[in-house]
Amino acid sequence: MMIDPLSVFILLLGAATPILFAALGELVVERAGVLNLGVEGMMITGALAGFAAAHASGSPALGFLAAALAGAAVSMTFAALTQFLLSNQVATGLALTLFGLGLTAMFGKPYEGMKAPAMMPGPLGLNWMIWLGIALVPLVWWFLARTRPGLILRAVGENHDAAHGLGYPVRRMRVLAIGFGGALAGMGGAYISIATVLQWTEGMTAGAGWIALAIVVFAQWNPWGVLAGAWLFGGVTVLQLRLQAAGVAVPVQLLSMAPYLATIFVLVLISARQKFGRSGAGAAPASLGRPFHALK
Amino acid sequence: MTNVFRAEGLGKTYPGVRANDDISFGVEAGEIHALLGENGAGKSTLVKMIYGLVRPDEGHMALLGAPYAPHDPRAARAAGVAMVFQHFSLFDAMTVAENIALGMENPPPRPELARRIAELSQGYGLPLNPARRIASLSAGERQRVEILRCLLQHPRLLIMDEPTSVLTPQEAEILFATLRQLAGAGTAILYISHKLEEIRSHCDRATILRQGKLVGTVDPRAHSARELAAMMVGAEMRLVDRSGRKPAAPVLEVRALSTPGGEGMALKQIGLTLRSGEILGIGGVAGNGQEELLSALSGETLTAPGTVALEGRDLSRAGPEARRRAGLLAAPEDRLGHAAVPEFSLAENTLLTAGARQGLIRRGLIDRKAATGFAQEVIRAFDVRTPGPDTAAGALSGGNLQKFVIGREVLGRPRVLVVNQPTWGVDAGAAAAIRQALLDLAAQGAGLIVISQDLDELLELSDRFCALNQGRLSAPRPTEGLTVEEIGLMLGGAHGMEVAHVPA
Repeated sequence: MMIDPLSVFILLLGAATPILFAALGELVVERAGVLNLGVEGMMITGALAGFAAAHASGSPALGFLAAALAGAAVSMTFAALTQFLLSNQVATGLALTLFGLGLTAMFGKPYEGMKAPAMMPGPLGLNWMIWLGIALVPLVWWFLARTRPGLILRAVGENHDAAHGLGYPVRRMRVLAIGFGGALAGMGGAYISIATVLQWTEGMTAGAGWIALAIVVFAQWNPWGVLAGAWLFGGVTVLQLRLQAAGVAVPVQLLSMAPYLATIFVLVLISARQKFGRSGAGAAPASLGRPFHALK
Repeated sequence: MTNVFRAEGLGKTYPGVRANDDISFGVEAGEIHALLGENGAGKSTLVKMIYGLVRPDEGHMALLGAPYAPHDPRAARAAGVAMVFQHFSLFDAMTVAENIALGMENPPPRPELARRIAELSQGYGLPLNPARRIASLSAGERQRVEILRCLLQHPRLLIMDEPTSVLTPQEAEILFATLRQLAGAGTAILYISHKLEEIRSHCDRATILRQGKLVGTVDPRAHSARELAAMMVGAEMRLVDRSGRKPAAPVLEVRALSTPGGEGMALKQIGLTLRSGEILGIGGVAGNGQEELLSALSGETLTAPGTVALEGRDLSRAGPEARRRAGLLAAPEDRLGHAAVPEFSLAENTLLTAGARQGLIRRGLIDRKAATGFAQEVIRAFDVRTPGPDTAAGALSGGNLQKFVIGREVLGRPRVLVVNQPTWGVDAGAAAAIRQALLDLAAQGAGLIVISQDLDELLELSDRFCALNQGRLSAPRPTEGLTVEEIGLMLGGAHGMEVAHVPA
């Protein structure tokens, strides 16, 4: 078989980057106690906004900046609905995904068939976004585990009533987390249009947002786990292409299922562990998805 | 003596409720000051205003002589006010050190904080490991975390909201020793409780609230518990009538009942015999297997054959509905969600447990008229204050819903009734009515198991008393002549705590 491990690893890094961005963002959102199922919608918005800005300016960096802003902007509609109007997070997140897909399909028409400007190569021939994604993992971990705002964010996600009782701004922390998640999802989406496919196609994120959501659970809300999950998924994607090219008769669908199967397996493991009385580490933030309303 | 804290004419109105009306009182340095009142008397609104969680509509406060109007709890903490909450405000998945850091304005770096926690916890005889996760701690240990979180701030005014409700009597004694030590160092302590004996023996003064209004500030040692209760309720307490019960033949036999633990507490080799006409009280600190025992008796959890027998008939493998048909009824602790469906009307809620015994369901179809009629019967017999049987259960106050839930089972003419925390969170009037109903039921020949964390209630109701500790049930002892100290030892003593031995 002609599969060279090093070249697979390098391709894997690229394939993993969009999911790594989106999943790290969603991880922060969920650690703050908010379940935003609109990752796919924010990614596709970022993919189009990033592509448009990069195309217009000729600068991929400006493209990613625009994608982050666009992702954060649509996430704010989710924040307004769920945090201020107390709408259901699951329904609102699903709506955000459908909204993003529809909106980009409409505004993306003029950009079809255009070509993205070339990415600047970074160290070791890998582009800067790959490096930024990897660098974000320890940064997010450090922020959550070691800084005071990170501690408050986790407190808000763990027990919002107690956090409010201690005088922490539950709603503000959550809105900021949602915005951060939106920005990272937008950048992840833009990576697909600017750095991978090099053009705009309707619905081009093709479920990457859902995989990002699954990986957050797979990672048990730990940034290093997100890196492992993103690489696992990237590896499977690349391997599946390589195997097809090499003519191995493994059904593609089986390999595509692998990340989801791994997620379900991890979920079963988590519940089994809880059943045998070991809770605490690795469990979902206790206030995840619960609306918060303070009586003043 | 100087007032550390002073409130003048505080008032707060919520839609439809005057929660606090013209409240004025002061707390002096070095005193333990009780705040006394029934549920809904306005105690928690008052302390929330002091702690900056709620803003008063009228009146003003002063702390150490300066005007005091905290706009949030952080401002309150910065001014020197700390609070230990009734429902722990802890973060289960986080460590002791992280929880304590969250309660401080400017926590020191981790190693320094861990050192200070270890130092202070030893000094107060409240040993704690800063690296442990809250989820792995007992209720008593969790409270130590809350208290240490406050102490590290060196508060001038410490507010404690019903702190002993989760403690054994011995643990409560240790807590009071700690509080006395703090008061001795000049801290003012505002102590919220409705346990009258505790307040009489440990507090210097007591401010009493009733229906949002100030009754007065008194010396609790100069009054009897009955007088204090009368001030709280606004009327003489009705004495329950214990007469007319004659324990006869055994009705319920439980032998070597064990359950696997899983998420809750495992029950270990529980054995008891309940006679008709008898009330067996089961005491214990929360989380020692109370809910699991109720589930095993009601049929929600099935146990090995031969472990539960009603009048000689083995029901170990029978589910809740079959046990109800046989005459074994139960009323669980959680009235909203376990004992009743909040969104259902009272009539619909009667169907949940009384459907078969009252003939409310015929050939699989609901007899709405009969269900409404039975709901009306419960409402009338138990004085449930509600517009009618079509009101949603969730719209009733805690006490009224509890009367309804207990009434539904009592009117089901059970052979055996198992209740868990029958008067938890219920005002004194309703609690007395519920206790009387349970006594009357026993007098009519039913056997009752009352599981409760309220020792006074158990001493008042039960003929025999058992303690549930770590999933094990002690041998029963006649309630007559049993002292609170003996009960405390039966409940497991002080769970590894020690008395403070270093002055603050």
